Amino acid sequence: MDPDQSEDSPSNSANSHGPTQPQSPFPDEVLEKVLSFIDSRKDRSSVSLVRKDWYNAERWTRSKLFIGNCYSVSPEIVARRFPRIKSVTLKGKPRFSDFNMLPRDWGANVHSWLVMFAKVYPFLEELRLKRMTVTDESLELLAKSFPRFKALTLSSCDGFSDNGLKAIASHCRNLTELDIQDSVTDDVGGGWLSCFPENFASLEVLNFSSLNCEVSFDDLERLVGRCKSLRVLKVNDSITLDQLRRLLVHAPQLMELGTGSFMQELTPRQYEDIESAFSNCRNLQVLSGLWEATSLYLPVLYGACASLTFLNLSDVALQSSEFAKLLVHCPNLRRLWVIDTVEDKGLEALGSSCPLLEELRVFPSDPYDRHHRDGVTELGFLAVSRGCRKLRYVLYFCRRMTNAAVVTIVQNCPDFTHFRLCIMTPGQPDYLTNEPMDEAFAAVVKTCTKLKRLSVSGLLTDLTFEYIGKYAKNLETLSVAFAGSSDWGMQCVLEGCPKLRKLEIRDCPFGNAALLSGREKYEMMRSLWMSSCNVTMKGCRLLAREMPRLNVEVIKDEGNDDGQADRVYVYRSVAGPRRDAPPFVLTL
Amino acid sequence: MMSGGNAAPPEQEYPGGLKTDLTLALPGGAETPKPPAKRGFSDTADLKLGCSCEDEASAVTQPPPPKAQVVGWPPVRSYRKNMMMKIGKFVKVAVDGAPYLRKVDLELYTSYQELLAALEAMFACLTICNVVNERKIMDSTNGKEEYVPTYEDKDGDWMLVGDVPWKMFVESCKRLRLMKSSEAVGLAPKSTSSKGSSTK
Repeated sequence: MDPDQSEDSPSNSANSHGPTQPQSPFPDEVLEKVLSFIDSRKDRSSVSLVRKDWYNAERWTRSKLFIGNCYSVSPEIVARRFPRIKSVTLKGKPRFSDFNMLPRDWGANVHSWLVMFAKVYPFLEELRLKRMTVTDESLELLAKSFPRFKALTLSSCDGFSDNGLKAIASHCRNLTELDIQDSVTDDVGGGWLSCFPENFASLEVLNFSSLNCEVSFDDLERLVGRCKSLRVLKVNDSITLDQLRRLLVHAPQLMELGTGSFMQELTPRQYEDIESAFSNCRNLQVLSGLWEATSLYLPVLYGACASLTFLNLSDVALQSSEFAKLLVHCPNLRRLWVIDTVEDKGLEALGSSCPLLEELRVFPSDPYDRHHRDGVTELGFLAVSRGCRKLRYVLYFCRRMTNAAVVTIVQNCPDFTHFRLCIMTPGQPDYLTNEPMDEAFAAVVKTCTKLKRLSVSGLLTDLTFEYIGKYAKNLETLSVAFAGSSDWGMQCVLEGCPKLRKLEIRDCPFGNAALLSGREKYEMMRSLWMSSCNVTMKGCRLLAREMPRLNVEVIKDEGNDDGQADRVYVYRSVAGPRRDAPPFVLTL
Repeated sequence: MMSGGNAAPPEQEYPGGLKTDLTLALPGGAETPKPPAKRGFSDTADLKLGCSCEDEASAVTQPPPPKAQVVGWPPVRSYRKNMMMKIGKFVKVAVDGAPYLRKVDLELYTSYQELLAALEAMFACLTICNVVNERKIMDSTNGKEEYVPTYEDKDGDWMLVGDVPWKMFVESCKRLRLMKSSEAVGLAPKSTSSKGSSTK
């Protein structure tokens, strides 16, 4: 993207070609009209590279902005190029920040973006933020600057409290979506919900399931009652089962429901009432929440499960028997998230009951192995692969795995696009043969030609990475931990995977030679993360010197040897080095 | 024995144990952790009851100290950890007629059946009335005595094990007592209907 080109307006573009470029066969207005139908980012990017008038027509007709790394570009550059933006998606911190691997106050603060948007995009309607820091001040600015604002999504964000949400509720008259996902903030009071005006009725999406607050149920009930277009409602666990029933009576049209707490002693009458409230929800496609649900109360759901396509049980630790009974009622399931307390037996039931399954995520109930529970093993995964041949997305936490099992699994399900296997004990071999798990991942990359995302684990040598480099031609995201034998492994991946965009590595024996071998590659990727590897400050400085269009940032651990580069984050950027870097982030 | 908690435990005690950041060696070097041994409970020095009914399951009450944790591993998000991070809920178990108490971690179990099975294994010379399913198992050794599992709840009342949903029980149980059934008057088992209407 060349910032200098952005000064042109569409009416000038036809005249700015030299004699070598033919006149466009149709006027700019027609070109713009045609381009206004193109939504896909990739297509728009291609269009903008054809010729100058196309570049200009594209930038004037783009209404949706997607910025995968907020530091790869600046608000000023964006504002200059795109004059008419209505929807913005912005992503900030590297993914490992989800696992406490970044100090607080690392950055990705949205405020400077909002200040620019307030100036340049007064008609902004949608803002989708992921892993950004969002303060109350920012939310207040947002609430007051955009009269047509409709949809706010905060996914894995932090920094805000009750006050910021109050501003949104009070001032955004046209709000249709307020979606707070996985954003756990400490002191969020529940008063914000009561700030929606009495005549406010436009909400279609309301999700506050991850907020730790108590809202006024009366205000919530009234809000739900007047928002006739509400299709997504996800409450938090302060809402009881009986309260949920009352909400469902107001909103049987819901397509996505996140329940509150499912643990409440009900009288037989209450039980019947809630059962019938659920049965009246005939459009339910997505169900989540269910905190502390037990076999006693799960059956109230059965009547609502016929059209379910996504069941998220990751907040309730079910056992195999109650899980199996629930699944019988969910034949149309495409996506399932579950906790490993259902064990292999539960996964066998899944294989039998849900043949249309495309995505499975199994989360660990005991990640630090405190209770020595078995969880799930290779057998459960095998059982699912036998019954659910359409599986394309899996995230599987387990304590043991075998090469043979994985080979069979991918033979059963060759269409995997996302394969994330987490054998929880670092460096663990095939538990039957004691061999490394190289052959397992070899099978994955050879068999699953559509593979876009891969997370590897277990005892792995460089061989795994040779296979990945050789076969994973569609791979875009690779996560590696406690694996590999030498620089050669990482080099194979960097030389081999043509579509690689994100590479995250921790605790691997990869050093400067590996880091530097990818120097040109990193300009074609979104980012590289390396932590607790063998990379030194010297190597990072060399990379930074050779590749001026990359930002090479190092975070050092306290008390560690000065030469070690403990956490390295490398990303391409047209905005130059960060100007807001905290003192512990060294930009080289 | 319970460890002090925060010191990195010797690697060989823990299957697949990991050296954490207390060394100056380069990370991720040639050392690969040993393949995990079949997981078993370490022997603990615990109280032995007078009767000869001790068995290996006694280790259940005192699991080995937790492994030292590596930052950010396994990669689970913090909010999910809230349900997983509990260190366990240990309650004392008294058995009528036995001089010593035992302790169980209620969080090791996910149902009444599991808990009662563990208690039966722990006190193998007794048999315990399985009140949840209203099955009475006759004691084989002395032919007569049955034990009824009871617990003291948060309010200080002694209740029959099995009335309330499992999670509610775990939360409110302060201690357990296996009462001789001849003494368990006034704690008549409540009928459990499949609809879970807890009749109070």
